[in-house]
Order: sequence, then structure tokens, then C-alpha cells
Amino acid sequence: MHDMSAHAAAHHAPPSGFIRKYVFSVDHKVIGIQYTTLSLVAAFIGMALSWVMRIHLGWPAASIPFLGTLSPNGAPGGVPTPEYYLSLMTMHGTIMAFFVLTAAPMAGYGNFMLPIQVGAADMAFPRLNMASFWVTFVGFVLACATFIIPDGPPISGWTAYAPLSAVGQVAGPGQGRGQDLWVLSIALFCVASLLGALNFIVTTIDLRTKGMTLSRLPLSTWAWFINAWVSLLAFAVLLPTGLLLLLDRVGGTSFFIPGGLVVNDKLLPHSGGSPLLFQHLFWFFGHPEVYIIILPAFGIVAHLMPTFTRKPLVGGWKVITFAMIAIGSLSFLVWGHHMFVSGMSPSMAMVFSVPTLIITIPSVIGVLVFAFSLYGANIRFTTPMLFCLGFISLFISGGIGGFFLAQPAVDSYLHATSFVVGHFHFTMGLSAIFATFAGFYYWFPKMWGRMMNETLGKVHFWLSFVLVYCVFMTMHLMGLTGAVRRYSSYVADFMVPQIPTNRFMTVAALLLGATQFIFLYNAIWSRFKGPKAADNPWGATTLEWDTTSPPPFDNFGGRQMTIHHGPMEYDADASVMQTSPAKSIAGT
Amino acid sequence: MPGKVFAVVVAIITLVIAYCVIAHVWWMPVDVSVHGPKIDHQIEETLFGAGILFIAGQLVLASFAFLYGDSKGARKMKAFPGGAKSLIVFACVVVGVEILVLSFVGSKAWASVYFTPPDPDSLRVDVQAGQFAFYFRYPGPDGKFGPLHPELINETTQNYFGLDPEHDADAKDDIVTAGLAIPVNKPVLLTLHSKDMGHSFDVRELRIQQDFVPGIVIPIHFTANQTGKFEIVCTQLCGLGHYNMKAYLEVMSQADYDNWLKQQAAMQ
Amino acid sequence: MSESELTMSTGHEVLMEASPYRIEKKKLGMWIFIVSDACTFATFLFGYGYMRVGSQNWGTPFDFPTILNGIIMTFVLLSSSLTMLAAVRATQAGQKPSANKWLGLTITLGTVFAILHLREWFKMFGEGWGLFSNPTGGAVQFGACFFSVTGLHLAHVISGVIALLIITRGYNRGRYDTSHVETAGLYWHFVDLVWMFVFPMMYLMNAR
Repeated sequence: MHDMSAHAAAHHAPPSGFIRKYVFSVDHKVIGIQYTTLSLVAAFIGMALSWVMRIHLGWPAASIPFLGTLSPNGAPGGVPTPEYYLSLMTMHGTIMAFFVLTAAPMAGYGNFMLPIQVGAADMAFPRLNMASFWVTFVGFVLACATFIIPDGPPISGWTAYAPLSAVGQVAGPGQGRGQDLWVLSIALFCVASLLGALNFIVTTIDLRTKGMTLSRLPLSTWAWFINAWVSLLAFAVLLPTGLLLLLDRVGGTSFFIPGGLVVNDKLLPHSGGSPLLFQHLFWFFGHPEVYIIILPAFGIVAHLMPTFTRKPLVGGWKVITFAMIAIGSLSFLVWGHHMFVSGMSPSMAMVFSVPTLIITIPSVIGVLVFAFSLYGANIRFTTPMLFCLGFISLFISGGIGGFFLAQPAVDSYLHATSFVVGHFHFTMGLSAIFATFAGFYYWFPKMWGRMMNETLGKVHFWLSFVLVYCVFMTMHLMGLTGAVRRYSSYVADFMVPQIPTNRFMTVAALLLGATQFIFLYNAIWSRFKGPKAADNPWGATTLEWDTTSPPPFDNFGGRQMTIHHGPMEYDADASVMQTSPAKSIAGT
Repeated sequence: MPGKVFAVVVAIITLVIAYCVIAHVWWMPVDVSVHGPKIDHQIEETLFGAGILFIAGQLVLASFAFLYGDSKGARKMKAFPGGAKSLIVFACVVVGVEILVLSFVGSKAWASVYFTPPDPDSLRVDVQAGQFAFYFRYPGPDGKFGPLHPELINETTQNYFGLDPEHDADAKDDIVTAGLAIPVNKPVLLTLHSKDMGHSFDVRELRIQQDFVPGIVIPIHFTANQTGKFEIVCTQLCGLGHYNMKAYLEVMSQADYDNWLKQQAAMQ
Repeated sequence: MSESELTMSTGHEVLMEASPYRIEKKKLGMWIFIVSDACTFATFLFGYGYMRVGSQNWGTPFDFPTILNGIIMTFVLLSSSLTMLAAVRATQAGQKPSANKWLGLTITLGTVFAILHLREWFKMFGEGWGLFSNPTGGAVQFGACFFSVTGLHLAHVISGVIALLIITRGYNRGRYDTSHVETAGLYWHFVDLVWMFVFPMMYLMNAR
């Protein structure tokens, strides 16, 4: 018979000392907070980069305050050079996609909540977990370091297509040490993600408490579990891709570099490689990556909504879970839709287009489940709920763009336009961020034992919701004119008249950025001064709400948690905790 | 109350977007190619089908947020009739059918660009993209392109393609230009190759976009059916000068084109 | 050791029910790692296939008798899997001296494999084969693919040998038990399995 407290004492005594408690901690709760904090810092850095980009696009000759001092090479006199703009763009994408969107909803919340939600005292491999975070941290430091080396960050985009990314310094500024550091940073992120995925999978399979069958798992746990599988397979492909790129750059190999290239008047010594090979390998990871970003968002919304609609999701746990499994699996079959005009065989275009369109079906099912779960409900419009509703609207908007881009004939016009930029910002940027915010406001009381301010939260929501449409829907629509993306300035004849619209987007984007400081202020102030939170302030049912806020060291204070119900036992004002032996309401 | 505000905001946003699309506030430029109408038709069909789903989805979300705010016990909870079944059926059938139709019809548009063989009488032009300019090469009276020697590329002597007219007979009459001129209503076959990085050939009015891939020669063919001057822009990130990498396509009458080509030949 | 006892001894989780999904933690973790590592190798091999199909004059440095080295290496690695199996069985039966013998043999065979591997590498370097050089004037990608794939595999073998050394020592000191040896065995069999792909694809396919 295992006595919980003895167990805890034997294997997992609470640490003492500042370093063991808050720095090199094996406690999944601390690690979750570390990831979340890293993402927050990364998010503001990524946003700041986008502000500089947007100001430059609207006012190309303008001198941006402080920029000249921060970066005399990149922005002499405060005016970004073309290569500096591209390096900001590259790092904006890299930092946001990896260190914010892949980290926060999965590694941040998942690490904190998953063990608690399955009823475990910690992750299956706590030390591996700690290693994952610190490897991510080093990766992030390397990414930031690209800004302070003399040559600056790489300019090849977060997609780092060869040969631009592969030939080395000869390709110009940023393509020397900056690109090397970038590859290393990403490689470390891959390793950390793989270890993290391993931990999530083993914990979900092996460490569930008594009565926690798979059918009773909270939907956020399901999402993290499915996502861990997708991450495992996808990052396992990105890692070698990065290694091959590094070999081309420093090892003299020619995986991705063909012969006969003349760069900067030099005939390069490479031969026989294929730039398309890089694209295939990158996008084999890259497309699942966007689902790695959105699946936890689905999970968060699926988890939160029943709390605030006071009823189960339509279809119970099965429909949304199978939709997520379908999305995760199909995501590996569609990567070629990024390559329709890449020179890949045109027959392959149709081969990839069909699964790309098919993946719409489980996504639509997911959106419909969310929307129709509002039917007949008694919705409590708290800040987390508002962000969930915002998620649904934003995901519909972004998803619709997918119908266009999935068709090769249409994509041949819309490829590389701002339509694509609008599309992916809506789907992986804004929807995922809104779901992340929902999770932040929802789980803040549990993580820090205090409530965030509801008024500030609502202001944050309303301003953000309207402003994101102003910025990114305009971008979508401008794409219909064929407006080209990744331009550091608009000198093309047809794009010069679009500069005023760009200024509108810039102003909206800056206001949107400013709005996030309301959130930051709220988070920091509430962390220290917010009203103390009860164990279960939202009236929810899952295990994290069945313990103190914040949870004790071993998550449940030595209690034996036995599960009797699924996670969606709600009815108007009533709800039944998963551990309660009381009768089921919804029969889930 | 917040639910009603949300509903109104979403409805307004939806209507504004719908208006912008229907009124063509931002729209595609005039199409000057023979295959273009198929692509435009596809885009319009997609806008229609996807547009309906967009508007319906947003308005359903808005109406539920409007109607089902917390009534504090005044209104009984209702389950959605039939559970998820109708939603799944809707997704599979309606979306499935839409997907099938779009794929099927769209494949014809795609095929018209990529699966129809070029006309054997096409005007052939060799296009080279390099950091940060496009150059074009006409085969000259012999109708043949001379071989390319990358090691001979020299910007200063304007040997952009790396031709060796002294040793290659076919290269002697090749005509290299900085702009692409073609006669109207004549099939044109371009062969795209890159000097250094990935680039892309994008002419919006032609509804043509094709990447240059270093190491491969990629053919693309079309027929322009209107005269005019159109921008060729690079749409594949190729380095710091990417934003400024462009050239012009001029579609002219046959007579004007012949004159132009004669002038270009004289300047070689 | 019974299945449920193995299950219970996994660490610091709360009381659990036996369930069909319950696999011992370390073993499950190793399986998951193997899945991801298989993807990594598959990526390299995919790149190799892509390059090979698209290249002319691929290198063929192997012939009889040079291919003998590879054949011997294969035999050595396969034998080491057998000895690993015997080691696991011995630990399961609690026979420490026998287990030590088999573990020692596995480590030795693994080391022999690595030495033979490196010997061949240096011989090839001497002949002019490198990451980006092909002395026959053919595709330079041969070296890039060959050395990166076999290099990755070799790194796995060497880490495996080191891990086995650590586990053998720990097993003898009572820190590690059967489950650790089993988990290491799983890894070792995986490395052997990868070789069964690497050898035909990188050696046999490139033989004259």
C-alpha cells in the first residue's frame, strides 16, 4: 500500500533553498511557470520587433526612436536598412512561432496542469522536465544573442530556405554567424520539445490516478497528449533538417546547394544539392508545427467553455477528441501545400491539395462543437470566456482563408501575398494567443493563488479583439490585390498606393501592442496584490480545482484522489467535481 | 450584456468584411492572360462558398452569444437537439461536397497552366533571376539558346548569363534584355533558372507565379491577350534587395514587338 | 517480478489501478524516444534517397573484399543484441554474475563495432572520401550522406556503450535493477535495428 506522503517524502521531498525551489526545480509547477514566463518575455520581444517592422512599412524614411542607439549598424540614424528589416522579420517569426506559441500553451500550461489533471504528483520524469526547460532557455538565449553579434540575426525568414540559408556568409549580412546561432537555437528547441513530448506521453499513459480512465480525462489533457505525439514526430524531423543545414553551412556538404551558383560574383564550390529537399524536410515539420500550436488552444477552449456555459460540450469528450486526433494525424499528409509553386511536380500539388481540404472537416467539426455548445446555455461572460468566444470568431476567420490557399490554382495567385500572412496570423497567431490568454486568466488563480482584475481583463479583450481584426483582416484583403509579403519597403508600382492602408494597419498594430501592457500590468499587479483566490473560484470540476490555490508541493496534500466522473458534469448552477462520489448529472 | 455587445461587434465586423469583399475594395488587377479567367473563376467560386460559411459561422456565434447569456436561473438549459450528429453530418457533407467541387473544378484551372503542353510555335524566352534583378534572353534568328557558363558571369561587362559567344555558335545571336517584351496573342514559353538563390516570377495580371529553383530549369507558358505594361515582381525571399527586385513585362502588337527586338539586338 | 509489482515500482505517482495501458514508466519512455529517433533516422535516410535518385555518378566505394568489414560489423552488432538478450534474462532471473558476463560481452562487442567502423572511416578518408569529396569524381553527396548517416548511428552505438557501462556499474551497486537493464536492452535492440536499415542502404546499395 503506497502512502502518498511517505512516497512524497521518499522520492520527492520538497526542495529547500532559493535555487532548488525556483531556479533548478524539478517541480512541474515551477517548470510550467518558468516556461510561461519565458513565453511572456519572448512575446513582448517578438511584438516589439513587429512594431519596428510595421512603423518602417508605413513610414519607410522615418527614424525610429532609440533604434539608432540600439542598433547603429542595422538602423543607422534610426532608419532600418533592408537587411535589418528582414532580420527583424526572421526573428519575429522564429521567436513567436517557437518560444511563444509552441511554448506557452503546451509547455507552460501543460507542464503545470497535466500532472494535476491526471491526479499525479509530478511528471513521469521530473529531471528530464527540468532539463527540457533549461535547454529551451539556452535556445532562447542563443536566438536573442543573434541580435548582439556584429553581423546580426539571419535574414532568411523563420523558414530559412536554402540556398540563402545554406551558403553562409557569402550571401550577405546576417547569413554568417547569425544563421549558425539560429540553427543551434532551433536544434536545442527541438531537443527540449522532444523530451517534453516524451514526458507528456508517459505521464498521461502511466500516471493517471485511480478511476481516471481515458474517457474521463479533461479535454486539455487530451489535447496535450495528442499534441505530444504530433510534436514527437515533427520535431524529430526538424532536428536532422537543422543538422543537415548546419553541415552545408560549416561542413562543406551540398545537401541543399546545387552546383553553378554565383553569389556575390563568386562561383560556389558546391554541387548536386537540392533546395527543394530542404523545403520538403522543413515543411514536413512545418505543417504539423502549426497544428502543434493550435491543438493546445483547442484543448484550452474545450476545457474552459463547459465551466462558463455550465453544460458539457456538444458530443461530450469523444467528438472533440476524435476531431483533434484526426487533425493531428492528417497534419502529416499536407506539407506540400506550402510548395505548390515551388517547382515541385505539379501532379504532387493535387496530391497535397486533397488532404489539405479534407483536414478542414475535423477543424469545422471542432468549431461547430464550440459554437453549438453555446446553444441553450447560461453563459457567464468572464474574461476567460470572452477570450474563448474571441477564439472561435478568429479561428473561423483564419480557417476560411485556408479554403483559398489549399487549392493550387488559387494559391498560384495568393502565394507569398499578405493574404497568407493574414491567414496564418489569424489561425496560429491570434486564435492561439486568444486561447492562451483565456487559459492565463482562467488558471492564474490556481497558479498564483490570486484573482486577476476582471475589468482590466475585459478592457484587454475588447480592445484586442477589435484591433486584431483591424490589422490582420485588412492584411488578408490586401492580399487579394497581390500585395507581396516579406518586402522591407513598398517600392513596387502597385504597392506604393497601398502605403496609406499600411499606415492604418501600423497604427492599429501599435495600439494593439499598447493594449497588451494592460494585460501585463494586470498580471504583475495581481500576482502580488490581487484578491486571494479560493480553491475553485470558477466552479469547475477538474482535479486542478480540487486542491488549494496554488497547489501544495505534491499537488494534493497527500490525499488519495479517486475519480468518479468525467470532466463535464455541469448544469446551470450545479456542477460535480470529478472526485465527487455524488451522482452524475450529465451521464458523462 | 457582454454577450449582446459581443454579438453586435462580431456582426459589424462580419458585415464590414463582407462589404469589402463584395464591393471589391481590394481586388485583383485586370486579367490579361488566356488561362486567367479559369483562375479568377475559381477564386470567385471560393469566395462565394467560403464567404457563406464565414458569414454563417460568425452570425451563428454572434446569435448564440446574444441569446444565451446567464439568465440567473430564469431560463432552463437546453441541449442542442440531436447532439453532435447534425454538426458532424453538416461538416462531412456540406464541407465535403464543397471541397470535392472546388478540387475538381480547380484541378482544371491548375491543369490549364501546368498540364497543357506549350504550343510548339511558342516564342521562347530564357529568364534568369539573380540577386537582385531579372534578365531575359531571346534566342535570336537561329532559334537556339547558347549554353550557359556560370563561371563567366560578369556584371561589369554585362555578361549576365555567362555566355561565351566566341566559342559557342548558338550564343552569338542571343539577345539579352532587362525587360520582357512579348507580342500579344502569341503563346510564350519561358524557361526560368536562377543564378544564386530562390526567386519567384510573379505577374499579377497574368495570374502566373512560379518559383525559380537553383539547379533546375522550370518551364512556364502562357498567352497574353491584352497589350500593356505590367510589373514582374520577385516574391520569394532572396536577400536584402528582395523588395526592389522587379522588371517589366510589355505586351505589344506584333509590329511593335519586332521593332523592339531589332533595337535590342542592335544593342548587344 | 510480477507485472503489477513492476508497475508499482515506477516512482512517485499516486496509487493506481492496473490497466491495459500500464507499461513501466522507463520502458514506455524509451519506446517513445525510439519512435522519435526512428523519425530522425528516417529523415536522414529520406534525404539520402532523394539525393541518390537525383544524382548522377553516385559513389560506389564498396566491393568484395572491402564489403567484408561491413558484413563483420553487422555480425558483431547482431551478436551483441543476442548477448544483450541473455543479459536481460539473467537479470530477470536474478543471476548477477551471469548478467555481468553478458553485459560485459555486449559492451565489448559494441566497442569492437565502433572500432571497426572508425577504422573503415579513416581508410576511406585516406582514399579521398570525405563529407564533400568523392575521389572518383562522382556526386559529392555520397560522402555527405554516408558519413552523416553512419556517423549518427555510430554516435548512438557509442552512447549505448557508455550507457551500458553506467548501468552495469549501477546494477552491481544495487542502484539499478532489472527494469534499467531491460530499458537499456530496448535501446540497444533499436540501435541494432537501425543498422539493419543503414547497412543495406548505405553499404550494400553503394557496392560495385
